[in-house]
Amino acid sequence: MIVSFRLNGEDTSFRVTHPASLLDVLRDELGAAGSKNACEQGECGSCSVLLDGQLVCSCLVMACDVEGSEVVTVEGIAGEELHPVQKAMNEAGAVQCGFCTPGFVVAAAELFQRNPTPSRGEIEEALAGNICRCTGYGAIIRAFEGLAGREAP
Amino acid sequence: MTARTHRETRVVGGIGESPIRPDGVPKLRGEFQYAQDLYAEGMLWGSTVRSPHARARIRSIDIAPALAIGGVHAVLTQDDVPGRRLFGLEHPDQPVLADGEVRYWGEPVAIVAAEDRETARRAAEAVTVEYEELEPLTDPEAADAADEVFRRMRIRRGDPQARGSVVVEGYYEVGMQDQAPLGTEAGLAVPDGSGGVDLYATSQFVHVDHQQVVASLGLRSDQVRAHPVGIGGAFGAREDVNLHIHLCLLALYTGRPVKMVYHRDESFTGHVHRHPARMWYRHEVDADGRLVRVEAKILLDGGAYASTTGAVLANACYFSVGPYRCDSVSVDGIGTRTNNPPCGAMRGFGAVQVCFAHESQMDRLAAELGMDPLELRRRNALESGDRMPTTGQRIETPLPTREVIDSLEAMPLLGPDVGERLPGGSGLTTEPVHVRRGIGYALSIKNLGFSEGFDDYAQARVLLGPEGVIVETAAIEVGQGLVNVLAQIARSTLGVSRAAVRHVDTSRIDSAGSTSASRQTQLSGGATHEAARRLRERILSHYGGDDLDDEGVWRGDTLVAPMPEVVAADWQETVTFRHPPTEPPDENGQGTLHADFAVAGHRAVVDVDPELGLLRVLRVDTAQDVGRALNPESVRGQIEGGIMQGVGLAVMEELVIDQGRFRNPTFTDYLLPTILDAPEVEAILIEQDGSWGPFGAKGVGEPPTISSTPAVVAAIRNATGRELSRVPVRPQDIALSETVS
Amino acid sequence: MEALYPTDIDEAVQAVADGMTPLAGGTDLMVEVNFRQSRPERVVSLRRVRELAELDGPRIGAGVTWRRIEREGPRALAQAARTVGSPQIRNAGTIGGNVGTASPAGDGLPFLAAVDARIELASPTGRRTVPWEEFFVGVKKTDRHPDELITAVVLPDRLPARHEFAKVGVRNAMVIATVCCVVTRADDGRVTVALGSVAPTPMRARQAETMISAEPYPSEAALAEFARLVSEEVTPITDHRSTEQYRRHAAGVLARRLLERCLREPEAA
Repeated sequence: MIVSFRLNGEDTSFRVTHPASLLDVLRDELGAAGSKNACEQGECGSCSVLLDGQLVCSCLVMACDVEGSEVVTVEGIAGEELHPVQKAMNEAGAVQCGFCTPGFVVAAAELFQRNPTPSRGEIEEALAGNICRCTGYGAIIRAFEGLAGREAP
Repeated sequence: MTARTHRETRVVGGIGESPIRPDGVPKLRGEFQYAQDLYAEGMLWGSTVRSPHARARIRSIDIAPALAIGGVHAVLTQDDVPGRRLFGLEHPDQPVLADGEVRYWGEPVAIVAAEDRETARRAAEAVTVEYEELEPLTDPEAADAADEVFRRMRIRRGDPQARGSVVVEGYYEVGMQDQAPLGTEAGLAVPDGSGGVDLYATSQFVHVDHQQVVASLGLRSDQVRAHPVGIGGAFGAREDVNLHIHLCLLALYTGRPVKMVYHRDESFTGHVHRHPARMWYRHEVDADGRLVRVEAKILLDGGAYASTTGAVLANACYFSVGPYRCDSVSVDGIGTRTNNPPCGAMRGFGAVQVCFAHESQMDRLAAELGMDPLELRRRNALESGDRMPTTGQRIETPLPTREVIDSLEAMPLLGPDVGERLPGGSGLTTEPVHVRRGIGYALSIKNLGFSEGFDDYAQARVLLGPEGVIVETAAIEVGQGLVNVLAQIARSTLGVSRAAVRHVDTSRIDSAGSTSASRQTQLSGGATHEAARRLRERILSHYGGDDLDDEGVWRGDTLVAPMPEVVAADWQETVTFRHPPTEPPDENGQGTLHADFAVAGHRAVVDVDPELGLLRVLRVDTAQDVGRALNPESVRGQIEGGIMQGVGLAVMEELVIDQGRFRNPTFTDYLLPTILDAPEVEAILIEQDGSWGPFGAKGVGEPPTISSTPAVVAAIRNATGRELSRVPVRPQDIALSETVS
Repeated sequence: MEALYPTDIDEAVQAVADGMTPLAGGTDLMVEVNFRQSRPERVVSLRRVRELAELDGPRIGAGVTWRRIEREGPRALAQAARTVGSPQIRNAGTIGGNVGTASPAGDGLPFLAAVDARIELASPTGRRTVPWEEFFVGVKKTDRHPDELITAVVLPDRLPARHEFAKVGVRNAMVIATVCCVVTRADDGRVTVALGSVAPTPMRARQAETMISAEPYPSEAALAEFARLVSEEVTPITDHRSTEQYRRHAAGVLARRLLERCLREPEAA
């Protein structure tokens, strides 16, 4: 069957023959490999996307279910310029291997859109679904506390 | 010296700075290419048939049902391996594909290639393997008794009759930790059309992958090229071959590019893990708290195949006493062969397990002596010029153990207040009244670089041309920031700001060695430093100059060759760098076995709800011996990330094995720390000149992981009075155990 | 592969009756698909069905997400919602999915048991509501007939004055419950205690309830006895996540702590 949706602002369609995940379709069929596959069960957040504005794990979205929906992936977060959350992570040294980074970018962009001045607790709660194995989260927290106008202690 | 404006213009982005990493923006935009992200025209997908048994004889393999599926191009078994049918990092003992008997749960039996991912998975499921199950050997003590061992290690030093006045004996266990890099194993093999193949796969060491692929494919060395690619973390999991040979076999068999990506559950069986350990210790001290004798027996389970068990075991034995002086030491190590999943390298490489034991022992000694735990450690602090308690090696490089202790002691003990970050987190289990706070300390020592006489080297090439300075290397960037630090070294050495790192494949440069053992900043950094130094000398001598900077070559105040003129020539230098030689151990484990050492110390602050056994690690402060911090932000990144993995081992990370099978090979049940589990970290970097690394740098990747684990456990003990002789500490270990003394 | 995207409840119900697999948040179903335990070829997506997304007083549409319950649900259910998976999971996962999956560890289920909620099911022949204890029949087994769709969770019109939730997990966020618990206390002193992850289904500790409901001002000894009875009544197993002994212990501790919270003056908003 053919599924049509908007991907990062562009009308897009794809064909599915089995209950593939949105993540697999994005990566394998639509050339949008920025979303990462690390656990396939919604436990790491590396594949985070916005589905009709809601932050979700694309590995747990059945691809056929995006029919008529709007999806924004990490590729759709920045324009020519980096998004402020990307800029903050870049400058704070919050990127190491980078595999979790796209998921953090999408989750943080959603957070700062909702709440431009989150507290440390709000930052942590919003990012609790994104696992990072390299940084120990210190630089990530510093990046977003800085962006929220709160200097890390 | 002539006063001249440009002499004040320092090179930009040199050592000691923390320039923004060059791969940051592509990673943030989702454009950085990982092995998982590689696609090629006409590409097939591979999949692996794995053993469902910990041990079984293979009666038959029927590949026909898989081949009958439309779109399936190949189903290969061990008979299709044209060259050496075994591989292995130290000893080739592991079948590329099962050799008639499977020896661990998840062992590869057959591989398939098909038009798409889904068909490949279906084909793998369609391969029919008839097994005759055999009784697996899963208890390492039984394996020891049956002499099923990869290596026995024996250390005897000093007077075996030495006796102290206070004796502490203890038994300790460490569960199996997984590296759990976020990127699973993945790769793409592309046939070159003339019998050879190009491999782009997750790796920490492409040259050793290359050797093993060449051997198993029966090809000439020049027919295989292994390319460094983007990988999502490593931590030791990518030293061993897993899908590399399989991909090349399938690509050459089908004549098409073949891609494979392990699923998370497959990744858990597809790479080696940290060795689970059982350790028996006896420490004797005199009344002043000086170590008189240490005896230890260390049992590491290597699982079904050797991997690096021999080296991990040796390391565990060499560092079994910690950074302390002691002249009478006896250590016996056993690395067993069982039907458990194979274990090998993980960050800390043997030092992690023994550190938990020796630091637990030190705390118990301090309690027996009624002495402050840091004071006990200070009295025994091992320093430069001393002999290693285990191997007898004289330590020639700086070893600021005392400074580490003093720094930790001097660091202000900061909050948060009880109640701000409660144990149980969002589960709302705990109120401030239920909380007890504990503080714990631990120290560690580990070798840097490869040891025991291994010819450890790294090659790098530094070029100066129209693109600026390029450092060519096959050293793998695992996320630590090697692409930054090598460029920084080149900048500072040459005096030129525009510099970048370019990864090249195995045919274009010699080995950089593995990105492991905390070694690349010292080894590949050393090669880059020396190549840049020679290049600068040649350029200066060519133009008769005395200085090189972004503008060009200077002689006194005169610019004798502007940069555009300099870069028009083809300047390059290739250097193979070796660290000071080491030697293999003698029959008593003695000798100059290690090239360099690093010490670190940690102080953990933990809030515990003893009744429920829940906890929150609030802070882990550290002082670490870094030689010289070439990129302070990257060093901090290593420290914070390493501490998080140490905390993970202390309180949650364990692969649970039952009769050789993992019970929890998913991210639902193998718990990794989340942002809500992350402690605050304050780090003091102790810089001392004298190491052979570039500008005096030491490796920094492993020490943060080693002593953070025992520091956290010491804090839990301090809060609860529980004994806690096993990590990870589980809620029931706290809630259901008795308080000791 | 075939998929329907109804907005109307009757259409969705008919599709399920026709054998299509209901897909709501996908947070359970897609894990099964990704791990190759399930391969639905005909799927009816529920996230566009308006009625399922209604949260109206005591009736919570099956399609209401945990994110909304976190903000709009009754206190203890909102507390439970905040512990369901990650923010990403809570944005997608629904209460109907939690009920339909019927995992022993389902975070939302002890609340339903504690307040005696009913589950509403629809088939082309009509609707029925089933009391929670008849609905949950075993590990991941429910009374839902194959042709039925879970349409709502129906709470009693009046909830007990106080109700509190807590959950023990090894991690401080995003963790499967080792034990979770809800305690309610009505103004008349009647207490209920419901637990998850300690039996094949969510369960009530009835003896403990009876005992403590008779104590309007429970003494230290009564609280200890209450905790002991809860520990005794639960029937947990030992698995890779925890042990029977710890789960018994934690069940008693949690129940007691939650009761103490219920007995305290309500916190100022």
